Amino acid sequence: MIGNYPTGRQKGALIPMLLYAQDEIGQITEELIDEVSKRLSVNRVEIEEVLGYYTMLHREKRGKHHVQICTNVSCMLRGGEELWEHACGKLGIGNKQTTADGSVSLEEVECIGACSWAPAILVNYDFHFNVTPESLDALIEGLRTKQ
Amino acid sequence: MAELVTLTIDGKQITAEKGTLVIEAAKKIGIEIPAFCYYEGYSLQAACRMCLVEVEKMPKLQPGCTLPAAEGMVVMTDSPKVVEARKSTLEFLLTNHPLDCPVCDKGGECELQDMVFRYGAGESRFTEIKHHANEKQWSPMVYYDPARCILCYRCIRVCDEGLGVGALGLTHRGVHAEITPSNGDHLECDECGMCIDICPVGALTSGSYRYKSRPWEMNHVGTICAHCSNGCKTTLSIRNGEIMRANNRDQSGINGEFLCAKGRFGYDFVHSEERLQTPLVRKDGELVEASWSEALALVAKKFGDVKAKGGKFGVVGSARTTNEEAYYLQKFARQGLGTANIDHRRSGDVASLLNALAGKRDALATVADLYTTKAALVIGSDLSQQHPLLAFQLRANYRHHGSSTYTVTRGPVREDSYAARSIRFEAGDEIGALDQLREDLSKHASVVILFGDSVKGGDVAKLVAFGDSLGVGVKYVCLMDYSNSRGAWDMGLTHEYGPGYEAAEQRGLSLPEMLAAKDLDVFWAVGANPLADAELGSNDAFVVVQELFLTETARRADVVLPAASAYEKNGTVTNTCGEVQRLKAGAKVMGVKTDLEIMGLLAKEMGLDLGIWTPEKVFEEIRRTVRGYNVQLPIIVTGGAAPTQPVSGQLAVLPDVSLVRSAEDTLFTSGSLGRYSKMLNAAMEAPGKLYKE
Repeated sequence: MIGNYPTGRQKGALIPMLLYAQDEIGQITEELIDEVSKRLSVNRVEIEEVLGYYTMLHREKRGKHHVQICTNVSCMLRGGEELWEHACGKLGIGNKQTTADGSVSLEEVECIGACSWAPAILVNYDFHFNVTPESLDALIEGLRTKQ
Repeated sequence: MAELVTLTIDGKQITAEKGTLVIEAAKKIGIEIPAFCYYEGYSLQAACRMCLVEVEKMPKLQPGCTLPAAEGMVVMTDSPKVVEARKSTLEFLLTNHPLDCPVCDKGGECELQDMVFRYGAGESRFTEIKHHANEKQWSPMVYYDPARCILCYRCIRVCDEGLGVGALGLTHRGVHAEITPSNGDHLECDECGMCIDICPVGALTSGSYRYKSRPWEMNHVGTICAHCSNGCKTTLSIRNGEIMRANNRDQSGINGEFLCAKGRFGYDFVHSEERLQTPLVRKDGELVEASWSEALALVAKKFGDVKAKGGKFGVVGSARTTNEEAYYLQKFARQGLGTANIDHRRSGDVASLLNALAGKRDALATVADLYTTKAALVIGSDLSQQHPLLAFQLRANYRHHGSSTYTVTRGPVREDSYAARSIRFEAGDEIGALDQLREDLSKHASVVILFGDSVKGGDVAKLVAFGDSLGVGVKYVCLMDYSNSRGAWDMGLTHEYGPGYEAAEQRGLSLPEMLAAKDLDVFWAVGANPLADAELGSNDAFVVVQELFLTETARRADVVLPAASAYEKNGTVTNTCGEVQRLKAGAKVMGVKTDLEIMGLLAKEMGLDLGIWTPEKVFEEIRRTVRGYNVQLPIIVTGGAAPTQPVSGQLAVLPDVSLVRSAEDTLFTSGSLGRYSKMLNAAMEAPGKLYKE
């Protein structure tokens, strides 16, 4: 991947590298930071800067299925907050927490660019539109059985 | 000549080079555009919005710190719109900034405080609770209070760009954004404290100064750092004779804004509880406290007796005492005691360099030259560790002017990261690498060659011949260890040379020879600790030591005379580039005397006529008699650095180069002084290592 970036601009590979690695191992670990820092010759603290800035990069372990529920304006108006409450109650976990079996984790997110189909949620990279508490239940059941 | 543009700022016309920033152009005609994040010499940030100015025909206010001056531009820095914007910016900066000025270290010299006082609104519209985050200790030297931070990025930039360390970053965003150190919760860096110095508010505070004093209750004395040979100016802030802090407050001197850990934090040896404050005399095998008159009388009598019977003296001077003291010591030894056995521990072969440069003028590079030269060649030194100011200059030169640096070292050095070429070569063989660099170096209009202790004797001559063969202007720096290593050579603290490298009338014993001699009657060490790693061969020698601490040498002494440190005396020192600068007494320590006074009193006691022993008088004599030292007095008395000239003509004798060896101090060690600095030893990075990855 580093080779795809022009000479002297290899640093640009930082975010994709972190994202792919996170998909692979479920979180950004210390070892990962060290490895990326070595491969791209950037200071650790520069990586920390990026990690602190972007909410989609996680230091803590996520579930296999990362459920992101939007509660920003459009979604909120169409029941996003109720969805969020419902999901928390159903899974028994809160924001940025993971179920005991490690299958599902929950995160309250800001706008994910799907206002036209609000309320919308993201599971890993997959969008689900016009979600209702019932369809959310079915979705979560599906995720659990899918493992 | 660059293209010129004419613009108007607040009704005044100014002609400036195209591309000049409006904030700089305004400064030239005495108009201050306030700013926090802008700092001359570092990359532009435009983060604080304090410098907003109104520009005709531009719809919105523009940041003056990033706006290049253009032809016909009309700028207003004080229009009602601008004044309103400044007030708003300050109100915004203060939303989460605590109003703890009365207990904040920065109070009284805080840029935010000053600006609020001058431009700010008296009241804030914010009624919300301020966001707070707790203060953190990053290292023994550096503390960070995120609540006070205004996120100007100055610390990040000075660390990354200025020092090449990059130990700081900014994590999280919005109200949660804060500066983060390299290792998560602590720093691993040079501990230079530049971030503290450059912080416009009290967010970064110094481990040795925090909560101790206020800027207006101290006297600020500009003197020269007591540690390495670079000769940085450091301003001691003194309260009741005690040094409360050291920084480079007014940014004058050869180092400008720069100061390293030793200069900023390493002053604490002065007030160490281990300082000797009363003379010690050996009685029944034990060193016991004695009065000055008793101790001086004893030494004078012994010196007189040994001189009268034609006994053998050994005199060792220091690379840390002033030029005046070094000069007076050799005069005392040669004229007063009639001995030729005088030496000091040498750390660079400057004599061979001066010999090789015979007949040339302006061939010694100054610290300022390192910032302007087109190219630099560093041989046999881990510059960032051993000579932090010189390394800082080279890096600034690269950053601002795109100069080229070449390194020939035995291991990795920080300069490699931006060097045009780095060559690894065994220490002592570095001259062999030069041929590979001839073509590269001769392309540059000016070159400065810096060399460490591994280049000496014939190699120095070869190096100068190589420099001559490049066909471009070449200047040299002979790198040495301590604050007056250069002055010690120049003043004649060697067994082969008198002052100004005149061959000594009689060649005496060198330091190792003195130590080995079985028949030495008197061994006199002034500010030196030769017994740290050697034994004194003569068991019967009467040992007199002038020292700050009970060092290995002082423990062997028969009489120990407590001496003042460089921060407690007046005089001059010469840095590794051969620039003479003035020391000004700041601190006071009870019971000690300067080495010059001790020697003067001894001379008086012995009835010797060696001249008046005030620093001013001795310096006058030095200027009159020592070759190269007829320096411009006004430069020195106004706190400048006066370059010495290489001696004219070749030296009559060649130096004993086998004795040249650097102690290879790192950023956190400093010979025997460093051992008594708690701050330097407390650094996690101490003692550090040269040539590490």
